[in-house]
Amino acid sequence: MVSDSPYEIAVNEKWCKKCGLCIAFCPKDVLESDGGGPIVKAPSQCIGCLLCEMHCPDFAITVKRRAEK
Amino acid sequence: MALPLEKYLRVGKLPHIWCPGCGHGIVTQAIIRAIDETGLDTEETVIVSGIGCSSRAPGYMNFDTLHTTHGRAIPFATGIKMANPELNVIVITGDGDAAAIGGNHLIHAARRNIGLTVVCFNNNIYGMTSGQYSPLTPRGSYASTAPYGMFERPFDLCELVKGAGGSFIARSTAYHTRHLTNMIKEALKYEGFSFVDALSQCPTYYGRRNRLRTPLDMLNWLRDRAVPASSWDKMTPEEKDGKFPIGILVNQPSTELTKVYGEVMVKAAAEGGRG
Repeated sequence: MVSDSPYEIAVNEKWCKKCGLCIAFCPKDVLESDGGGPIVKAPSQCIGCLLCEMHCPDFAITVKRRAEK
Repeated sequence: MALPLEKYLRVGKLPHIWCPGCGHGIVTQAIIRAIDETGLDTEETVIVSGIGCSSRAPGYMNFDTLHTTHGRAIPFATGIKMANPELNVIVITGDGDAAAIGGNHLIHAARRNIGLTVVCFNNNIYGMTSGQYSPLTPRGSYASTAPYGMFERPFDLCELVKGAGGSFIARSTAYHTRHLTNMIKEALKYEGFSFVDALSQCPTYYGRRNRLRTPLDMLNWLRDRAVPASSWDKMTPEEKDGKFPIGILVNQPSTELTKVYGEVMVKAAAEGGRG
């Protein structure tokens, strides 16, 4: 997906238990619920705060800074 | 930024057994992040646990780990530290494991000031066995063994450890993830016995019985009761009711046990092992 955000969000669906905490903690509405689990809806809005990653009980969402070109 | 999960987790063991929305994964991640940011050598770090939901954590962590008997993580960890004081020894325990069956070990480790870092995953309940009350269950809340509400007084674990001589004591919650990570980092850097009361959430067996229906409700419940330690002492008893302080609560360095023991060994050797 083309994005102008310097951050890249990855969701590991095999580990995610769909508790919804990542969606609830995102301050920029980057994530949307897919029956509980997250869909990365607006990646360009990500500010890299890591609130989703740090509140994920399942180690299932990670936010990485994109490699500089 | 993102943690190198493959370095710190046994990824082949995941997904873990904890329920959806359980706080234990959040606290485990905070420990890993604290280890990463502190730069501890994974080859020189041992993680020990007892029994309970919390104590499953080391099974997912890519270190030398020990899953021991109920309440006895601290004695096993004490043996490791005494045998090789150079190791970083971390104990992961729960409120039942640390305060009930292992309560005696907790107070004596604090008294001795042995260089362990104990992180208590405190979810106020025995989750693994389906929600019996623990010594940390708040008064009035419901558990499978307290269908009319908990009528006993709970421990304040930080005050207990303080009373036993604990020299580094901190508290945080699974809501305050950055703060929690920082508390664990400070505990890891501390040379003597360090204790972190990490409040976690059990949505399955605590939340459902106590009108906290979602994991988010439980995290907000932790947030609303937490007060920065700097404000705590200025509050009246009425204002403190139902709340708890977070932050570093005690930091009074004193000589660590294996250092004292090392001096005894030198003395014993000088005297020709008399006795």
